[in-house]
Amino acid sequence: MEPVIPIIILALPLAMFLVLGLCGHKMAHRTAGILGTLGMGVTMVLAYITAFTYFFSGAPEFINAEGVRLQYVVFNPEWLSFYKDLAIKIGFLLDPISALLLVVITTISFMVHLYSNGYMRDHHGVWETGFQRFYAFLSLFSFSMLGLVVATNIFQMYIFWELVGASSYLLIGFYYTKPSAVSASKKAFIVTRFADLGFLIGILILSFYTGTFEFTDFTSVNVGKDTFAIDMSAPTAILAKFTSSPAPMFLGGSVLTWALVLIFMGGMGKSAMMPLHIWLPDAMEGPTPVSALIHAATMVVAGVYLVARLFPLYLMEETALNIITVVGALTAFYAAMVACTQVDIKRVLAFSTISQIAFMMVSLGVARPEFHHGLGYMAGMFHLFTHAMFKALLFLCAGALIHAIGSNDYTAMHGLRKYMPITHISFLIGCLAIAGIIPFAGFFSKDEILTAVFGHSIFWYIWMSAVAGLTAFYMFRLYYLIFWWKEHKIPEGHHAPHDQPWTMTLPLVILAIVSCVAGFVPFGNLVTWNGHPMFESVNFFTNLTALDWSVAAISLSVAVIAILIATVMYKKENPLPDKMKNALPRLWDWCYHRFYWDELYMFITHKIIFGCICKPIAWFDRHIIDGTMDGFAWVTQRLSFAIRGLQSGNIQFYVWVYLFGVVLLGAITAICLL
Amino acid sequence: MELTILWYLIPSLLMFCCGVYGFITRKNMIAMLISLELMLNAVDINFVVFNRFLFPGELEGMFFTLFAIALAAAETALAIAIIINVFRISEKIDVDDVTKMKY
Repeated sequence: MEPVIPIIILALPLAMFLVLGLCGHKMAHRTAGILGTLGMGVTMVLAYITAFTYFFSGAPEFINAEGVRLQYVVFNPEWLSFYKDLAIKIGFLLDPISALLLVVITTISFMVHLYSNGYMRDHHGVWETGFQRFYAFLSLFSFSMLGLVVATNIFQMYIFWELVGASSYLLIGFYYTKPSAVSASKKAFIVTRFADLGFLIGILILSFYTGTFEFTDFTSVNVGKDTFAIDMSAPTAILAKFTSSPAPMFLGGSVLTWALVLIFMGGMGKSAMMPLHIWLPDAMEGPTPVSALIHAATMVVAGVYLVARLFPLYLMEETALNIITVVGALTAFYAAMVACTQVDIKRVLAFSTISQIAFMMVSLGVARPEFHHGLGYMAGMFHLFTHAMFKALLFLCAGALIHAIGSNDYTAMHGLRKYMPITHISFLIGCLAIAGIIPFAGFFSKDEILTAVFGHSIFWYIWMSAVAGLTAFYMFRLYYLIFWWKEHKIPEGHHAPHDQPWTMTLPLVILAIVSCVAGFVPFGNLVTWNGHPMFESVNFFTNLTALDWSVAAISLSVAVIAILIATVMYKKENPLPDKMKNALPRLWDWCYHRFYWDELYMFITHKIIFGCICKPIAWFDRHIIDGTMDGFAWVTQRLSFAIRGLQSGNIQFYVWVYLFGVVLLGAITAICLL
Repeated sequence: MELTILWYLIPSLLMFCCGVYGFITRKNMIAMLISLELMLNAVDINFVVFNRFLFPGELEGMFFTLFAIALAAAETALAIAIIINVFRISEKIDVDDVTKMKY
């Protein structure tokens, strides 16, 4: 494959960032918007071409004679060369998951670019301040995210990992005059940065013992020029380095376990796993299209992608996988509980995102090659794909609602289904997809995850099914509270809320259609952990026929029951929700306050770290170190004031002093000589 | 009575001491300048005398003196210019009044 298209895929968003960032303020708003959208559109087409070539061209560098998909390094030049064995490369790795992510990122990014043309101006057509800056940052984000997924080595991934963090910071804090947005952006940056510290240490441990950064060295063996096949002999060799060399045990775990857990910690920060999830709900302070792009569809799945990228290595350490499973399962349940009580629609969607990403994590955590060729891995990636589509859809719908109503609060909405029919239908499709109703996208991916969990442990299966039920419940609660319930009276002289301009509805329609049909993509033949296809032959109904119907029937009925409960409770105004709230006041309170995680963090950081550690250090710095320096300065100043009278400006006095000095010197010389 | 080196050095020393005394005690800047010239000329005499008595065949001391005289003329011109400027500003050439360049 020629490297031209991959280079353009990376270079075009970067060029857009530079052009819009440097010259944007001189452009008309409309020009900047069209330019950014066109640039992303071209990138999307090129990414589609690349992914299509990878999956369907059948070229020998992409798929071998047995039908196994290979990893192909398109280009991988040296970027930073420290010395002979230590060089950091920047390259472009094409394999099933990077091709998948190329499609997901460019699609969602293009939709968001298009949508923002409508969203970032008010009802009178007045453009938002900093509109060009917004597009510049969107391009920067797209560039960094694309660079992250095509990384050939873990260090390149880390560089772009930080870049997506920085662009996320810039976009959350887009309304930088709003104090809440500023603090949210700081929170997001600090929490993810803290997690990235673990990631960096993990990278260093891993590469210290293995002597390489390349993903292909970690997980696959070379089978031809630039082509690699995932093979367990590579990670086994890595494991051998850790077990045979003087690699010590540390706190009851082998060094490889620690490296993998620390790398996963980076993923926990980016993917908002408990206990590092606190930044994501606050990140909703950013503009809604940003929430759709970064905090629902692409950046937050980077952690999942990281684990998937190193998955063969994780297979070497059962402990690390079990940690991933437990963290994911706890987070999924927690976030689903909290989402049931939130009032702000973007917060509900944020917690739903956390919960769904946790689903993917669990899916990776329970994936084992012995069970259905690593079904969990494929299901996790499948869910990543479908979730990106329907969650971006839900967020863009939420954006349309917020744009129409001017508030994030569902109590200001109620009964909007007549006024905004397109948004209503799209939102309903999104809800059905996330709830897992056949034949929408979420059904297939979630069902495959549950099958994989079922194959691993019954306990977690029941647990995750409960979470799936909660998901259906809170999504339909939100749906009914926004579009049904009682209508607000439109005050005299106000327009009724209505569907938004075509730039905003078109992405909704496209994503809604994708959410309807994405479930039928025969993922088992495209994305598997080792590239081996799962089915002999595929057609449109492969996913339907390959279902494990016992699991599917249970999850379907759980979802339907949850939706029915939501219907009973929230379709019309009734006392049931209040009754339930009063029956379980403590639980409701805890859920509403997100189990007091933020307060716990505040306590730890402010009371313990700031109060007990930082304050004494600051005191020492102010008083002891600064005091010493101030003392020197004070003494010098006093002394110079005392002797400055000598410089009187009186020349004859100087001459007297000089004369006295000469005589004294002469006398001393004379005494010495004699 | 032979004309030894002391016959030259003692007047030179007296001249120098007069110069120092004048420089320290006189307040008028022109008078101070004259005292300065006195000291300079005393030194010039010393150069010539030492050359004459210690290195009879050589001429370095003589020429040094010539240079010193030329330089002294230039320096005097400069000093006079400064004094005139001071006078223009403060209408006085008393050295006690020129004490602005302190601290």
